Amino acid sequence: MSQGGIVYALAGGALIGLSTVGLMLALGRVAGLSGIMKAALWGSDRAWRIAFLAGLVVAATIYFYTHPGHIQVRTNFPAGWLALAGLLVGIGVTLGNGCTSGHGICGLSRFSVRSLVATLTFFSVALLTRYVAHHVLGIVP
Amino acid sequence: MSAQSKKILWAGVLGALFGLGLAMSKMLDPQVALDFFDLSGHFNPMLGLVFVGALAVSLVGYRIATNRPKPLIENRFHIPTNTTIDKRLVIGAALFGIGWGLAGYCPAPLVGTVFFNWKEALIFGVPMVAGFWIGKRLVKRFWGT
Repeated sequence: MSQGGIVYALAGGALIGLSTVGLMLALGRVAGLSGIMKAALWGSDRAWRIAFLAGLVVAATIYFYTHPGHIQVRTNFPAGWLALAGLLVGIGVTLGNGCTSGHGICGLSRFSVRSLVATLTFFSVALLTRYVAHHVLGIVP
Repeated sequence: MSAQSKKILWAGVLGALFGLGLAMSKMLDPQVALDFFDLSGHFNPMLGLVFVGALAVSLVGYRIATNRPKPLIENRFHIPTNTTIDKRLVIGAALFGIGWGLAGYCPAPLVGTVFFNWKEALIFGVPMVAGFWIGKRLVKRFWGT
């Protein structure tokens, strides 16, 4: 990874942190993306959640098209494994009440032990899964 | 401006900030996340550095934000009160970890790719939403809430 890459990663992370703090400061809400998505689909008080998701999509899309080549578009991933992964993520974040943003960023920033347990679990399982799926079984690129 | 319009405006701008952060740090390329998990292959520290950048801001920012009597727009803070560490939490986090380690998407980046990699977003996103629903049924069935 180049020095430029380090700057992009830290600056991008800082923007994500700023968004997380802003949502707590202004709306008093945690920026947990799976929770926001679920409540935008089924919950009450949906308008701000839909606005947050819309803002995310619009900014990501504009960045992608104004910085050609910065983000690679993956096209070679087997559809079956992709669909299974989606299903597991959906079930998992519902049982565990949160994903990378909700537990990993908001939860750790609140010093939540529950979120620390969740974060250590999903990170270590992801490492193990990558090793097995890519190196042992060789089923994904 | 009404309180509801202010909320929507703030949320839209903050969502855009989140999306910009994800895009700038290449988190919208799931292969970058997979390379962070690949300790024995072509390891790429990007995801870890994004975490460091985010936590550096949010650890300090949360102290300042939650020290106030109430948020700027809402009447009170809606901070999760659940502190239970049980099988449900660990099984859920583990299933999420399998999905994340298999394909490289967690929910936020998946949302960001919806337009420019709509094929993957669709193939991953539809089962994910189905998973939200199945998860709710499982919770009702086994944990009765």
